Amino acid sequence: MKKATTTKTTYQIPIGPIHPALKEPVFFEFELDGEKIVDVDVKLGHVHRGIEWASRKRNPVQILYLAERICGICSFCHPAAFTLAVENVAEIQVPERAEYLRVIQAELERICSHTLWAGVAAHEIGFDTVLYLTWQIREKALDLTEYLTGNRVTKAIIMIGGVRRDITPDMIPKINETLKYLKDNFEKLRHIFLDDKTVKMRSQSCGILTKDDALKLCAVGPTTRASGVKKDVRVDTSYFAYGDLDITYTTPDILTGEVNGDVYDRIIVRLLEIKQSIDLIEQCLDKMPSGPIVAEPKIAKLLAQLKKTNGEGVGRHEAPRGEVIHYVKLDGVNDAPFTWKVRAPTYNNILPWIPMLKGQQIADIPIVAASTDPCMSCTNRVAIIKDGNRFEMNKEQLHKLSVEKTRRLKL
Amino acid sequence: MTEEKILSAEEIVKYFTDKFSTKIKEVKIKRRVAGIKKNETSYIWMKIEKNDFKDFIKHLCDFQFPHLGVISGNDLGNSIELIYHFTLNYGNRMKEVILNLSVELPKSKPEIETICDFIPGALISEREKQEFLGVKIIGIPDNRRLFLPDEIPEGVYPWRRDETGPEKLYRNLHEVKK
Repeated sequence: MKKATTTKTTYQIPIGPIHPALKEPVFFEFELDGEKIVDVDVKLGHVHRGIEWASRKRNPVQILYLAERICGICSFCHPAAFTLAVENVAEIQVPERAEYLRVIQAELERICSHTLWAGVAAHEIGFDTVLYLTWQIREKALDLTEYLTGNRVTKAIIMIGGVRRDITPDMIPKINETLKYLKDNFEKLRHIFLDDKTVKMRSQSCGILTKDDALKLCAVGPTTRASGVKKDVRVDTSYFAYGDLDITYTTPDILTGEVNGDVYDRIIVRLLEIKQSIDLIEQCLDKMPSGPIVAEPKIAKLLAQLKKTNGEGVGRHEAPRGEVIHYVKLDGVNDAPFTWKVRAPTYNNILPWIPMLKGQQIADIPIVAASTDPCMSCTNRVAIIKDGNRFEMNKEQLHKLSVEKTRRLKL
Repeated sequence: MTEEKILSAEEIVKYFTDKFSTKIKEVKIKRRVAGIKKNETSYIWMKIEKNDFKDFIKHLCDFQFPHLGVISGNDLGNSIELIYHFTLNYGNRMKEVILNLSVELPKSKPEIETICDFIPGALISEREKQEFLGVKIIGIPDNRRLFLPDEIPEGVYPWRRDETGPEKLYRNLHEVKK
């Protein structure tokens, strides 16, 4: 009898470093009691590439290209934050037109990222038709990105002191056409995600992050706004052209009148932000002044100026996943910056996973993990160790568990 | 928390210089304007003594619960500088103030107290500083490595510029035989 009392009733399953929700590596170790998650431990670093260290041999313009390759989806955000930091150190004033062009690019990227996320989230709960629908919509946004920048993903559009490509009047009809398409389809997306009974049952009261936890754990972006914290760099500060535009915080109570901080609220915030982004692009096209698009077109001259600059600065930008912050220190002697520190939004959204996942079921792991829209990389295998026996569960089986849970709702 | 008082950068600086007076070694306010309307954003750069650091954070949390962006660090030769990037006044249109708090730690004793008891969200950033800069965070709730793989030996800190830097590791990388 005594032996029975000392036996642990919980068991552990490791998930990762390849899988849970998105296709990037992070390692979770779950402490489970039956189906219920009691504790979570997160391990990181599987894709740490030492980018900050690599910057020690590059000048600021070369770093732009390096920054762009930190993340495929945020290929505007990272160089943008780096550029802002460098501009703050060297006190470069950007032409007004360039500020508006930057907002258009940033918001277009947000539309691409949020529709991509919506598809992944639908896939995680076994709603694959919606995955195809959202990605079909995203395709149009990517086409527009390609039309404006020449590339679908790695855009190389931002430059220290401005942007590299202008939007000419003959491009406006194509932009308007895509925006109209996005607006028409937004209503369809809204209806599927917010009114569908299955989506509601899987996402409401699931993966709750309270406002208190969000503040204390320093969460950022839609993750924190869905918990009712009003924090958005675009609204809080004046950078790019955001100070001129009409913009407010997107919190779930705008639509439902209440804040629960669950997965459903995070869906609401992201969907409303798609609409907000369309609106911001339209405002920019309306108000955009004419003029030059870059402060110093001669790169050699710019680099010479930066080489002489001594000081430090931070650049902050609201990426689709939240605040991205870069710190840059220039020493006035070398071409390369003395220090470059990158902080991506998911870095701050790791700790909030722990309160979100505690008390949930195994089948909820994919959707809860996906609900912060993590940006790392994932695992194809899950090993379960139960009563000393080890058996493995692959991504398909875990995904199947999640799909089965949706089926069990019997709709 | 944020609704009660919206203070400008000057008022924030005044509040802390009144409280800590001579203990603040250096303070400057930088402003940046953007867009057609030229709205401003303020950045406070503040340098304080290591001994007053914990007390300062305590006052900061009482004053207004800050959001910690990240902790960045510099190897300055004889000392290691840690910079805590806080934001205050968020939740108010264009009123946010960025507070960059810098502390210098001597290399002979690179130790600083944890702030996780006030701001639990600082844990990831503190763990990163421990392994990348070789700073010892006293009282950190979780002492494990965060990003670095197990193969990297103890006592090598990738962001250091002295003999504990990663140079000896990368020089040997291409010589590794399979």
